[in-house]
Amino acid sequence: MRQNWWKVLCILLLVYTLGMTFYIRLNPGIIAISETTIQPGYTELTLVGFNTHFEQARESLQIFVRSDSNFICTDLIEVLDNDKVIFGFIAPSELPSPSIDIFCNNDKDGTLFLGNALFCEGVTKGDILEDCEVVVETDAQTGFGYPFQPRIFESIRNLMLHVPMWFTMFIILFISFVSSIRYLSNPKKEWDLRAETSVNVGLVFAFLGLITGSIWARFAWGAWWVNDPQLNGALVTTLIYIGYIVLRAGITDDQKQARVAAVFNIFAYVILFILLMILPRFSEGLHPGKGGNPGFNTYDLNSSLRAVFYPAVLGWILLGYWIYHLRLRMNRLRNKLYYDEEL
Amino acid sequence: MKNFKYLVFAFLMLVTEIASAEQLSVLEETFFASGKIYVVVTVCMVILIGIFTYLFRTERKLKELEKEVYANNKES
Repeated sequence: MRQNWWKVLCILLLVYTLGMTFYIRLNPGIIAISETTIQPGYTELTLVGFNTHFEQARESLQIFVRSDSNFICTDLIEVLDNDKVIFGFIAPSELPSPSIDIFCNNDKDGTLFLGNALFCEGVTKGDILEDCEVVVETDAQTGFGYPFQPRIFESIRNLMLHVPMWFTMFIILFISFVSSIRYLSNPKKEWDLRAETSVNVGLVFAFLGLITGSIWARFAWGAWWVNDPQLNGALVTTLIYIGYIVLRAGITDDQKQARVAAVFNIFAYVILFILLMILPRFSEGLHPGKGGNPGFNTYDLNSSLRAVFYPAVLGWILLGYWIYHLRLRMNRLRNKLYYDEEL
Repeated sequence: MKNFKYLVFAFLMLVTEIASAEQLSVLEETFFASGKIYVVVTVCMVILIGIFTYLFRTERKLKELEKEVYANNKES
């Protein structure tokens, strides 16, 4: 049991993260407004919230609209339920900017914001004469919850499922990279076996990352595949590692096969690193935190996400290593059996 | 193994069928409901099914090895 402590840790981490992925609630936010384009003049709109408490915090509910930096006051018409409220305001014919942001404020949910929620057609550029005095009084405690982000909503929980797949792939393929280097400096069958096995297991996680990413992209970005540097990079690296397996199968001489595969593998990891870690930092893309960091940056990752995300990464890496270890022992047995090699 | 290939092929056909269907609204309605929580459920299921499929395939390979070992033992 003593040498199995990391397997116990893996199970505990995965149970914790899978539970918390679904258990922690999502912070309140604004999903949509009933209209997206309006005309100057009086308009009545329905605001749709998520996990909000409009009915319970009716007394303190305030809604403002903002154009550039000018606020316009609105009238609350009716609170339909906790998630829906009807409000109205007069859109002037002169606005500093035709795109309008919406703020919603109450004691229970704090201040909610939806940027570029409305587009006002046929306005001329100009200043608003009557600027609304915004008085926001709230001591709302939003509490411990996943951050609400536009378009992503609840699917932010995928962070704990989709992203650890790539981390695991990175670590498993790193094992393969190191094994290949060690094979070249000391050509023992064992190092070659380790490199081959870890590429096999790493590919499983790469495929899972691609499939889950594709599903997430469909419902957050609107297409199964988008032209994002990180997506294309991930696909190319997956294909390169499939190439590694094909290459191995293509060479029959054992010594030659191991040596060529080791060289290929070292280059493959370098390319993987360039395509997934370096190039996305220099290009525009849809993944969060572009222009500096290919992952979620510190602003996106709040304390609730961190408390689950880091254990999830560690748990999945341990599971990946566990599976790799099982496969490795199986492959050693196979070699012993068929080729009667030294273990 | 042959059956598995057919299964994968059928699954891919189904996915392309759904993806290319004219009325995407059914798919979108299902997945956009309750703040897109079903996207998370699907992703979780895909990962679990993927890992377990891989484990089953590993087990099958192990079984072949076992067979070989027992056959060798009988001979000697």
